[in-house]
Amino acid sequence: MVAHLLRLKLTLLRNSVRRSPWQLVGLGIGSLYALGIVGLCVAGLLFLRSQEIELAQTVVVLGGAAALLGWAIIPVAVSAADMTLDPARFTTFAVPMPQLLAGLALGGLIGIPGLATTVVALATVGTWSRSVPAAAGALLGAVLGVLSCVVLSKVVTTATAGLASSRRFKDISAVAFLIPLVLTGPIVAGIARGISGSGDFPAALARTLSWTPAGAAFALGGELAAGNYAAAAVKFLVAAATLAGLALAWKALLRRALVTPPYAGTSKRRAGGPGLFRIFPATPAAAVAARSLYYWLRDPRYAGALVVVPLLPVLFLFQGSQSGFYGPFQFVGPLTAFLLAWSISTDVSYDSTAFALHVAAGVRGADDRLGRAAACLSFALPVVLLFSIGPFFFTGAWDRLPGVLGLSLGVLFSGLGLASVISARYTVSVPLPGDSPFKKPPGNVAQTLAVQFGGMAVLMVLVAPEVGLVAAQFITSSPVPGWIALVLGPVLGLTLFAAGVRTGGAWLDRRAPELLAQLAVNR
Amino acid sequence: MTSQPPARQAQPARQAQPAQQGQPAPSGPFAPQASAPQVPALSLRGLAKRFGDKIAVDGISLDVPAGSFYGVVGPNGAGKTTTLSMATGLLRPDFGTALVHGVDVWQHPLQAKKLMGILPDGVRLFDRLSGEQLVTYAGLLRGMDRDTVASRVAELLAALDLSEDAGTLVVDYSAGMSKKIALASALIHAPRLLVLDEPFESVDPVSAANIRDILDRYVISGGTVIVSSHVMDLVQRMCDHVAVVAGGRVLAAGTVGDVRAGASLEDRFVQLVGGRNHAEGLEWLRTF
Repeated sequence: MVAHLLRLKLTLLRNSVRRSPWQLVGLGIGSLYALGIVGLCVAGLLFLRSQEIELAQTVVVLGGAAALLGWAIIPVAVSAADMTLDPARFTTFAVPMPQLLAGLALGGLIGIPGLATTVVALATVGTWSRSVPAAAGALLGAVLGVLSCVVLSKVVTTATAGLASSRRFKDISAVAFLIPLVLTGPIVAGIARGISGSGDFPAALARTLSWTPAGAAFALGGELAAGNYAAAAVKFLVAAATLAGLALAWKALLRRALVTPPYAGTSKRRAGGPGLFRIFPATPAAAVAARSLYYWLRDPRYAGALVVVPLLPVLFLFQGSQSGFYGPFQFVGPLTAFLLAWSISTDVSYDSTAFALHVAAGVRGADDRLGRAAACLSFALPVVLLFSIGPFFFTGAWDRLPGVLGLSLGVLFSGLGLASVISARYTVSVPLPGDSPFKKPPGNVAQTLAVQFGGMAVLMVLVAPEVGLVAAQFITSSPVPGWIALVLGPVLGLTLFAAGVRTGGAWLDRRAPELLAQLAVNR
Repeated sequence: MTSQPPARQAQPARQAQPAQQGQPAPSGPFAPQASAPQVPALSLRGLAKRFGDKIAVDGISLDVPAGSFYGVVGPNGAGKTTTLSMATGLLRPDFGTALVHGVDVWQHPLQAKKLMGILPDGVRLFDRLSGEQLVTYAGLLRGMDRDTVASRVAELLAALDLSEDAGTLVVDYSAGMSKKIALASALIHAPRLLVLDEPFESVDPVSAANIRDILDRYVISGGTVIVSSHVMDLVQRMCDHVAVVAGGRVLAAGTVGDVRAGASLEDRFVQLVGGRNHAEGLEWLRTF
């Protein structure tokens, strides 16, 4: 039975790859990325073999505890739990509970995160291969630790399945998770400073954790290497009890979940009214703009971008305050302009097959393009102006403002124009409507990369005049190129914007059904 | 049913008549004023589509008379959805033409789409809008003016029992409610031809009856409805014309009376399509 479940998981994985060779490319890229991280971790762990026991023990225990925490939090926080072996799908098969548990747990190890954790955990055997008992202890600890990770993640996802299946929770958690992600740099720097300030705090923390379920498993090797057999025995008991306890909790939760499927409660709302559709002019283009604005607010895939943008100046300000050099901070305006303008290059892909409404209604291509671009512009323009001018209150280098402002506006308008053309012709693989923004999107990863990077390269060419002028000003310190950029940026940008809307619209008029067919592939 | 159909005024005189009497569709006096009665509402000629190695639609020609209630039935994978998508301008055919009231869908798509209301099957909706907003959006996309849209949206939501959920986001709707809101989006601009792909799937019986009422009155007042369905019983009761499609071809087409030729539509369908395997084998199923 367990073998059946594992084979099922492998078959599902293989079939997902077989759907298109590009899936394989995507999986390859993901694996390469994981391989890089795993390689670094393994190299580090092997290096620790020649270091003091105390240091190695601290790193291994803290790393193990962090892995446990990650397995518990990440699947829920990004609502991207691996549901290929969703227990609910086995309700009708009457699989005996112990075998179902074992199969699902081992199945959780198949896949990139599971394999990566396993390999890194096994590398601790290398760290502790100083004596036979130490290596054996590390191996035992790694097995217990990895299984605890998987089972803990199952406990958490099963327990929160009801919560996690509510749309509101999914929407909010997906967006909220972005904040710590974007601020990783400052957070890590802060923690690092805190740790370096408090001397041997990490060692003390590791010592404490190693007696708790969070770190006991990964402490086994170190204790045996140091010859503390009594401590090792106790920690083995703690680790084994942890795994057993988690398994029991999971079993109880699963038993309940199998007979009470989660109910995604919905709230009825009678009132509401047409909202923006009443405020905007009654034309197709304005209707598209109103619809797009609702999506910017209500769809986490769009709203994620809106959460990241206010954090950008924070990041640059932090970087400036660390180094005392505010150079990059001056360019937060053009960067924001790029991010926001570029975000609509995936607009039609985000619509997915809902785009059929535009095709069925016979919306003119130019109306479609203009509406989407106008929605983005309505908030992007004020934000970009603010971010372009704001930094100069910190730096005081006001002579550079005209050039940067011209560059910002040029990037914004040119980017919107180019994005309007691109999303009229090329679809990219994005998370489906209703999915978490972090979920691995289905479909053609290679085309996505080609379209995105190709588009960015074209955009670099389109804004080259403004970039050149700003560079000239920075090199020559003459204000003249800056003022030229201030005029050229909006003029060239708006020209490209109009051309982009017109070209994209014409392409859409000609090829909307083909675009819809491409979208239908990944629905 | 309190509300009027979104299209033209109903003519209650004919409302009581059952739809499957097996006669040609009401044309002549009941046809829309503009077009001559002999121009079919939808005319397909040699439509064909191929996906990779699989020929999904293999040269379908079909005339849907104006003012008819036309059922398209066929087994799974028969090419119904593909045919209707090609007929409505959602999927470009490899061969063949589609005319809507004489307008070529693929030569003059914008003109042709003005005449049609489409409920496609298996596509998403803009589900982060509320139900009311989605239907409003569909109306505004068609270039309708705001007041007309507002009054029609209210009437449609009432007619489809969705007023209680007007402000709920479509993403929180049940499958049947989503189907109904998509139907409302297809009706908002009072099209002359309605193409509905599986309109009754997962719709509750009461709402289905309401929808049938709306469609009946729409047909009586001269509109044309094309529905695809698996449910033979429903098609036999509801439609006056039917086409049986299988393997990408039309096996039979005409008035319901002609096609079923005395048998029930279901029996006739099974006879035409074949594939019944007379419950031989599976003896073990009776051994428990």
